[in-house]
Amino acid sequence: MTNCFHCDLPVPPGATYKVLIEDIERPMCCPGCQAVAQAIVDNGLTNFYQFRTEKSKNTQLSMNGVLETLSLYDKPELQKDFVKIESGKHHQASLILEGIVCAACVWLNERHVMALPGVIEFHINYSTRRATVKWNDSKIKLSDILKAITDIGYIAHPFDPGRQEKIQKKERSKALRMLAVAGLGAMQVMMLAVAMYAGESQGMDANIQRFMRWVSLVISVPVVFYSSTVFFTSAWRDLKFRKLGMDVPVSLAIGAAFLASIWATVNDTGAVYFDSVTMFTFFLLSGRYLEMMARHRAGMAAEELVRLLPVTATRVSGESETVVSASELKVGDVVRIKPGETVPADGIIIEGRSSVDESLLTGESIPVNHVVGSNLVGGSVNVESPILLRIDKVGEDTVLSSIVRLLDRAQTEKPELAQVADRVAAWFVGAILIIATAVAIYWWQHSPENAFWITLSVLVVTCPCALSLATPAALVAATGQLTRKGLLITRGHALESLAKATHVIFDKTGTLTYGRLECKQVVSLNGDPDSLLLNIAAAVERGSEHPIARAIIEAATENKNVSDSEAITGRGVEATVEGRRYRVGKPDFVTEFNGKQLPHDYMQQQKTVIALGDEDNVIALFILNDVVRENASDVIAAIHHLGLSVSLLSGDQQAVVDAVARQLGIKHAYASMLPDQKLQHIQSLQKQGEVVVMVGDGVNDAPVLAAAQVSIAMGEGSQIAHASADMVLLSEQLSHITDGIKMSRRTLSVIKQNLSWALAYNLVALPLAAMGLVAPWMAAIGMSVSSLVVVINALRLTHE
Amino acid sequence: MNILYLLIPVGVLFLGAAIWLFIWSVRNGQYEDLEGPAYRILMDDDDPKIPGNQNKEKPEEKE
Repeated sequence: MTNCFHCDLPVPPGATYKVLIEDIERPMCCPGCQAVAQAIVDNGLTNFYQFRTEKSKNTQLSMNGVLETLSLYDKPELQKDFVKIESGKHHQASLILEGIVCAACVWLNERHVMALPGVIEFHINYSTRRATVKWNDSKIKLSDILKAITDIGYIAHPFDPGRQEKIQKKERSKALRMLAVAGLGAMQVMMLAVAMYAGESQGMDANIQRFMRWVSLVISVPVVFYSSTVFFTSAWRDLKFRKLGMDVPVSLAIGAAFLASIWATVNDTGAVYFDSVTMFTFFLLSGRYLEMMARHRAGMAAEELVRLLPVTATRVSGESETVVSASELKVGDVVRIKPGETVPADGIIIEGRSSVDESLLTGESIPVNHVVGSNLVGGSVNVESPILLRIDKVGEDTVLSSIVRLLDRAQTEKPELAQVADRVAAWFVGAILIIATAVAIYWWQHSPENAFWITLSVLVVTCPCALSLATPAALVAATGQLTRKGLLITRGHALESLAKATHVIFDKTGTLTYGRLECKQVVSLNGDPDSLLLNIAAAVERGSEHPIARAIIEAATENKNVSDSEAITGRGVEATVEGRRYRVGKPDFVTEFNGKQLPHDYMQQQKTVIALGDEDNVIALFILNDVVRENASDVIAAIHHLGLSVSLLSGDQQAVVDAVARQLGIKHAYASMLPDQKLQHIQSLQKQGEVVVMVGDGVNDAPVLAAAQVSIAMGEGSQIAHASADMVLLSEQLSHITDGIKMSRRTLSVIKQNLSWALAYNLVALPLAAMGLVAPWMAAIGMSVSSLVVVINALRLTHE
Repeated sequence: MNILYLLIPVGVLFLGAAIWLFIWSVRNGQYEDLEGPAYRILMDDDDPKIPGNQNKEKPEEKE
């Protein structure tokens, strides 16, 4: 079967969409892709097809109803939310882009939009998939720019970057500046320090030495008073709450070493530790910077959740309809929601019936039917027919907002292992302080003039430089390697827990399966060949956007002529094909038509059964099922091979779950599980001492994901699932889970090697320092070498 | 070795300049997207300048 040149989906039989690209006729799957490819060719951007490394997203599936709303973005009352007016005619806005899959998409969009007259600046941030656009409002309208982007197959939503994002941006830029000051300062001071160490053994002019000390002092001042302030403030906060965090000894060491060095410089006696102070600050800041970046990345997923609400809504009052910004809606307002539009806030249907896609909340891809009186949740998408909705909750009270809040809480409560690490650090810190005090007291009694220097060298030698680098260096190396593969790690503890995992639990829909229906079996009740039946059903269903209809159309091989088609929301479609009247849809919808019964056994066993019938008889049944991911069974086997148990938890019916489990070789499969039952199941496993990895995708999985020691969300899963997960499988390749487990085990062994090396170094150096045998240059070289060993050992992880 | 009294302060001045430049680049947003530019350089925008491609139209100049 040929695949679409643009989006790589199979070309439906009989379709003749073609575009001439670089003198070769390329097949297209649908008019959408054809139009997009044609637009790309016509604009002289054919190179896109050479540059791209991934196939593009299918355009037709996502474009529903987008075009009509674009012109709304020109309304000034709406623009005030997200457009910044710079000087008179120059306007600026931020856009979220959907459909960006590789760097070529960025190139394509930038080239295409920049070619529009009136666009002054258009820049896409490849890491965040967000863009800023600046345009001259007297020459071009915002909607024209958005339309141009839709022409080439992408969707742009204007958005308000919001307060949180500004704060994060500030935080990032401040952390980078601190890092730069510390890093550049440390390099300079280290250079002078090496000269002074060399001078100590080979002899150095006293004046030059004094001069170098003063210069080191000058360079260290900004490092200590600018870069290290983070440690001081957080240590102060810890002390106020009577806690011993990592930052307490860090501040103590930095502060004491710096003050002692100043004293030594001014009085020209003893040793200086400017190099240790600056290097230490730099290393610690680098670790924290990387951690912060991962946190921000995870936070962005949660923020995009908020933009699921549409920016506009059609408010109905009496006879008139006005388009308003969604934020202006109040409780009691009545809004009209057309098919393809997103529900702007929570409310009750007062007119019309339709099926609504609630996959955001349930992870279930099949739309749910709603009638007058049903509650709808803001953020779900109306699929079939227009409805009137009376708003009963807005803003902070909506279900979506409460989920976002829950998520925030789950995120702050989550990292248990990090807390364990903190407790260990507190012990370590306590031990260092006690030893240092003991050493100080001992030397004070025996040799007061040396006491200060020796105590300080104990503090510096035990300064957990290698120790504090041991874990982060390995984690950073492994994280980078896995991110390149498409397994994004959003929380620090994830790798550690993954290495210790004993049990992997998969969700079914969207995880082991694609969450996309496929016609699995055709039951012919009148003896006609399957293909003929499918073609008839496909003809009847043509024009319907329902996933079931799409599955049947995809399975058909030929186009038949259809007329007088009439869709009945939530039940099915009736139409005339080749002179006969047919119905396709729910079994009872078809049996009503002809008054016949269905063979009973088909009703029970499978989830989705669609019937085809005419006025006399039920002709055929189509059994639809979710498509299992290609390499799923290999991955399950590989996980078993690694010594982990695998189970399947699903909200689906027993028969469906059993069938999937059998196909994939999973022994433990549990069906009809509600979210809280899933939660209980995981908790009982955890009580038996199992370390559980949960792989899921939907919002219904979110609490379960949060409870598991390690949670992995699928890249195409809901945003809430992303935000509550420790890892996100961006590549959608299940095999990367096994890669992740293997990598985490290697990481853990590297961490263990690093920790034992750092500990051994400390155990040897500490007594020597306490006895006053370690000269400052020896301590510094020892510390640097031990840190280097740790980092180089960690770098081994980046090689396969 | 007296030259050190001059060279080291000069080094410190360079350090100051480097820090200032770095801070300027951070403020300028050059660290906001660390992935994109690596790919961007591979996308040829100068196609029309390559002999043989000159028939292709050049995009309109900006104001």
